[in-house]
Amino acid sequence: MTTTTQTAELETRLVALAAHRFGKAASSLQPSDDVFEKLGIDSMQAMELLTEIETTFGVEIPDYELQGVTTFSGIAALVRRRLG
Amino acid sequence: MSADFHGETLSFAHVGSTLEVTLHRSVPGAACNEIGEQTLIELERVAEYLREGAGGARAMLLASSVPRGFCAGADLRALYQGLVARGETGQASVGEVRAFLDRIHRVFDTFDATPITTIAAVHGVVFGGGFELALTCDVLVADKTARFCFPELRLGLVPGFGGIPRLARDVGNAVVRDLLFTGRSLNAQRAYALGIVSQLVAPGEAPFVARKVAEQAARFDSDTAAAAKAFAKPVPHEWLEREKDTFCRLFTSPVVTAALQKFVTSTDARPYLP
Repeated sequence: MTTTTQTAELETRLVALAAHRFGKAASSLQPSDDVFEKLGIDSMQAMELLTEIETTFGVEIPDYELQGVTTFSGIAALVRRRLG
Repeated sequence: MSADFHGETLSFAHVGSTLEVTLHRSVPGAACNEIGEQTLIELERVAEYLREGAGGARAMLLASSVPRGFCAGADLRALYQGLVARGETGQASVGEVRAFLDRIHRVFDTFDATPITTIAAVHGVVFGGGFELALTCDVLVADKTARFCFPELRLGLVPGFGGIPRLARDVGNAVVRDLLFTGRSLNAQRAYALGIVSQLVAPGEAPFVARKVAEQAARFDSDTAAAAKAFAKPVPHEWLEREKDTFCRLFTSPVVTAALQKFVTSTDARPYLP
């Protein structure tokens, strides 16, 4: 599987996870969307989402790596790096 | 004599042989049991009750009924508003901070050293002073939503409620430094793997499992259990004193007031993600 394919798959899974958690239609979310704006979540809900992402993908993402990361694509890239 | 208590920020009640303490501060502006003056007053009441023998209880269970988590730490909004309202110099304010720290350390030291077995059942946010409160307990039971963090360096401070000396009892200094110097948060599974948490359970199940721990601990002879605790979990008094000194010295820095102002006025959805 190519890196591009892996990333696209991760993005799809991330979008589905976030949509499910916050009661959105997955079809209403795009990988390039701003996670916070699109989901309308606050800081604590963001922490809950981070925990679910880490648990689901079996990775650990230090908070500081999320600095400046706003999109599902950006988070997927962080997850992929941790998956190896 | 046992006596139940229902306060503004916490309650305690006897359930069998266990004293169950529940944090429930849920008011506008306080997202998750932030520890301010009222919470401290009521924690002091719990500590006094423990020192008087806890009504014969054999274990204490500490948990939160606030859905978002166990405790988000010190009430930073109250701390900042106090600074602004009084308009005092940093040196004048630090005396009050020192007095607050002395009081909270007395409470936390009492929780830490009480001869009965103490169990924290945590979920969601376990940040700063909340993490420090959990670390006073003998056994941490966490559900998988729990997240642990020492964010104090973001405010120009070190943890001030005994967190570092107590965490260092449980994990290696490499982990302590990583958490302290980066301010990053840990999920419950990672905290379990590191040995901070001793039992990891499904979401919502921590109080149930913690009650079973309390019931089991209460089956043993109380003097033996107390001796075992004193032997296995000494209170790091000297290090705790140095922590207070460091905190108070840092508190006079303008970095702290600026960081508190930024925290209080921020509308960013990501204040916990610097």
